[in-house]
Amino acid sequence: MTTASSAGAKSWMIGSLRNVAPLVTLIFLIAVFAFMSPSFATMSNFGNIMRQISITAIIASGLTFVILCAEIDLSIAAIANATGIALAFFTLQPDYVNIDNVPLWGGLAIVMALLTSFLLGVVNAIGVTRIGIPSFIMTLAMMQIGAGIGALLIRGQIAYAVPDLIKTLGSGQIMGVPWIVVIACLVLLISHLVLTYTRFGRYIYMVGGNREAAEYSGVDVKLVISAALVISAVCCGLAGMLGVAYFGSAQQNEFDDYLLDGIAAVVVGGTSLFGGRGGIPNTIIGLLVLGVLNNGLDHIDIDSFLKVLIRGLILLAALIINVYAQRLRAPD
Amino acid sequence: MIEPSDPPAAPAAGRPLLELEGIEKRFGGVLALAGVDFTLHEGEIHALVGENGAGKSTLMKIIAGVHTDYGGRMVLDGRQVRFRSARDALDRGIGMVHQELCTAPDLTVAENVFLGNQPTGRFGRIDWRRMNRESREQLARLGLDLDPRMRLGDLPIGLQQLVELARVLFSGARIVILDEPTSALSPPEIERLFAVLKRLKSEGRSFVFISHFLDDVLAIADSVTVFRNGELVETAAAASIDKTWIIERMIGRGHHELEETYTGSIRLPRAPSAPPVLQVEGLSVAGAFQDVSFSLAEGEILGIYGFMGCGQLELARTLFGKLRPDAGSIKVDGSARRFRNTADAAAAGIAFVPESRRSMLFGEQPVYRNMTIAILEKIDRLWLRPRREIEIAGRHVTDLGVRPADPLARLGALSGGNQQKVALGKWLTELPRVLVMSEPTRGMDVGAKEDVVRIVTGLREKGVAIIVVSTEPETVLSMATRVLVMRKGRMVHRFADEAIAKDDLLAAA
Ligand SMILES: Nc1ncnc2c1ncn2[C@@H]1O[C@H](COP(=O)(O)OP(=O)(O)OP(=O)(O)O)[C@@H](O)[C@H]1O
Ligand SMILES: [Mg+2]
Repeated sequence: MTTASSAGAKSWMIGSLRNVAPLVTLIFLIAVFAFMSPSFATMSNFGNIMRQISITAIIASGLTFVILCAEIDLSIAAIANATGIALAFFTLQPDYVNIDNVPLWGGLAIVMALLTSFLLGVVNAIGVTRIGIPSFIMTLAMMQIGAGIGALLIRGQIAYAVPDLIKTLGSGQIMGVPWIVVIACLVLLISHLVLTYTRFGRYIYMVGGNREAAEYSGVDVKLVISAALVISAVCCGLAGMLGVAYFGSAQQNEFDDYLLDGIAAVVVGGTSLFGGRGGIPNTIIGLLVLGVLNNGLDHIDIDSFLKVLIRGLILLAALIINVYAQRLRAPD
Repeated sequence: MIEPSDPPAAPAAGRPLLELEGIEKRFGGVLALAGVDFTLHEGEIHALVGENGAGKSTLMKIIAGVHTDYGGRMVLDGRQVRFRSARDALDRGIGMVHQELCTAPDLTVAENVFLGNQPTGRFGRIDWRRMNRESREQLARLGLDLDPRMRLGDLPIGLQQLVELARVLFSGARIVILDEPTSALSPPEIERLFAVLKRLKSEGRSFVFISHFLDDVLAIADSVTVFRNGELVETAAAASIDKTWIIERMIGRGHHELEETYTGSIRLPRAPSAPPVLQVEGLSVAGAFQDVSFSLAEGEILGIYGFMGCGQLELARTLFGKLRPDAGSIKVDGSARRFRNTADAAAAGIAFVPESRRSMLFGEQPVYRNMTIAILEKIDRLWLRPRREIEIAGRHVTDLGVRPADPLARLGALSGGNQQKVALGKWLTELPRVLVMSEPTRGMDVGAKEDVVRIVTGLREKGVAIIVVSTEPETVLSMATRVLVMRKGRMVHRFADEAIAKDDLLAAA
């Protein structure tokens, strides 16, 4: 029967649609922008895009772990911000920055800042797995807590100095490539290796695929989810420190855009919000879609107030394609 | 709809209601149905039997509009039909209870009974009062006294199965397909279900009934059709055949159904004098079971028998660290253990196979990952070695007779019985100290049940202490060396070192 024999090919198509759809979106966007603006498809602009998505990439890497477990982390931007401010707080600032900070040796300041993000991640983990607060709510609270810590430390000021190491990694270059791009690639690579080739990575997928079944297989589900939340927080911490150097200052609400961008990068890439499916390759595609979109809109000549709306609409379209691609599964 | 005044149709003598011709269905390269002709008559109960993976569920899903992509013709009431969806089939009067539970665990019992079909008042407002009242009445017809406002997921799986049955049976569908409806039920519920089926049949409804319990099949069905390898082997009137006839056509000569070995009584062996591996004392979980004590030695198989809801499922979960006991103690190899979670229990050498496949398996993942998840810790340190995993899984798949014997196949593509074999295969690589199995043979065909008995007996000889929890007397009797009977959360009887038969168990429960 023709109908029956084409079923195999068809179900394969449907099965991989979740991965293909974001890629098609990306190619489509690149083609449109290249067509509309001669300055878009150039080597130097490619470099720009890479630099622009680096911080999001570090945040989204960690978030991928959380979303693969079928949880969510809304505190990513707040933790990044708090960590960045903590770093500045432990660094000697010029006289005109009027805060009671505690200057430490640079290396120690970095450790203290990372410790801040780690501890905030641990609090998330305890709230979600030990107390049983849904991650949506717990991390919403953490969003406020992170913002609060940042506000207390910086007191409405702007701090500029960060340790030299961070300054280099955030704004320096190596052989013409920005360090921050190198680090983003490394974080993505390590996350990918952990998710695909380690036992812990397998547990992440299994917990997201069927939590009950993972539990009945003797997997410590709470530990796995806790680890994912802590990894997410530490990635945000790293992004926050580099971001402060990248932007050249630490202040409140500096990272607010990264909440939406981080989640969008993961989800637009095709990782299922219901857990268990997707991964870093998806996140990379999602990052590129987002980066091309943000950058491309600056290259074409439209009302800058309209851009935000257009960006939102294109993201919505990408998400709709995604949701449909995910709903169409091979029939059981 | 059939008018209630129609005379009850004689078995298999009613007019043909649904006719299938040359039905063919492929999944990728697998030919699941190879040109099947099948006829369902008005007012009959038509049983389908066949090995795991023979194509029974696939054919029924075609009838119920779940699979829409198939070759061949379907004729309903003399007119050719081709359903576009399950909803479409339901609108034409065809309802199906699937082999895997298809309920919404987070909705209430009443919402599940009326799933997709809520009674509404003015402005489409849901009529809760009516819904709760009617669902209570319908459940009462199946002998259930449940609060319709309870969350369905809080009920044991057997009750969930009955709720799903109620939804389809009383939905007004004139053709009802039941895919292994009794697999989670114990004898009293099965009897009640059969009484309801007979009554609905006399009202002119038609049923397809899939089951691996051949006694049930012969007791309830008017006609029986045997499937094998995607083909229809033969259809016969139930009155003119017996179990041997069926088994011969299902898997060939020379096999006996398990049950047949135990129609007489069996003699439980004397308890071995080995030191106990597992000692349970005064174990209680409020609302589930009280004061359970037993001990289990290497090479023993303890059968725990009881009707649905007697607390046996909770007992098994407590032994595996999923539930925390309110009182009592668990000792493994002499040292007292308090499990904080299932990982603790697994680390202490306890393994568990739950009764529901849905809570044991990962449908989107390949078979090998399903099999190795429980032993990853033992076979890998940090890095995974998929090639090794595939090799291990490949061995089990062959040993267990999983079809297709491909460790890379997506688990969701396997037939129900084959999935169950995979669930069992999880614990066979690194032998646990104690293996707790809940309904290990649920949904398995006659031959596969024999395989499980063989495998479990093999484990026992290797020194694993085993607990088999079941509501099927045959399952308990075919494996156990000692039997505990539970009733309403309490241990009410122990059988050891004596001859027992199915009737003794039923009487004790
Ligand atoms: N969604 C699917 N994708 C691929 N193959 C499938 C799918 N569903 C069923 N199959 C295959 O079709 C064949 C028939 O399966 P089916 O579920 O109809 O068996 P069954 O007779 O109901 O068996 P059981 O008694 O174990 O439930 C099997 O080989 C199975 O692996
Ligand atoms: Mg089946």
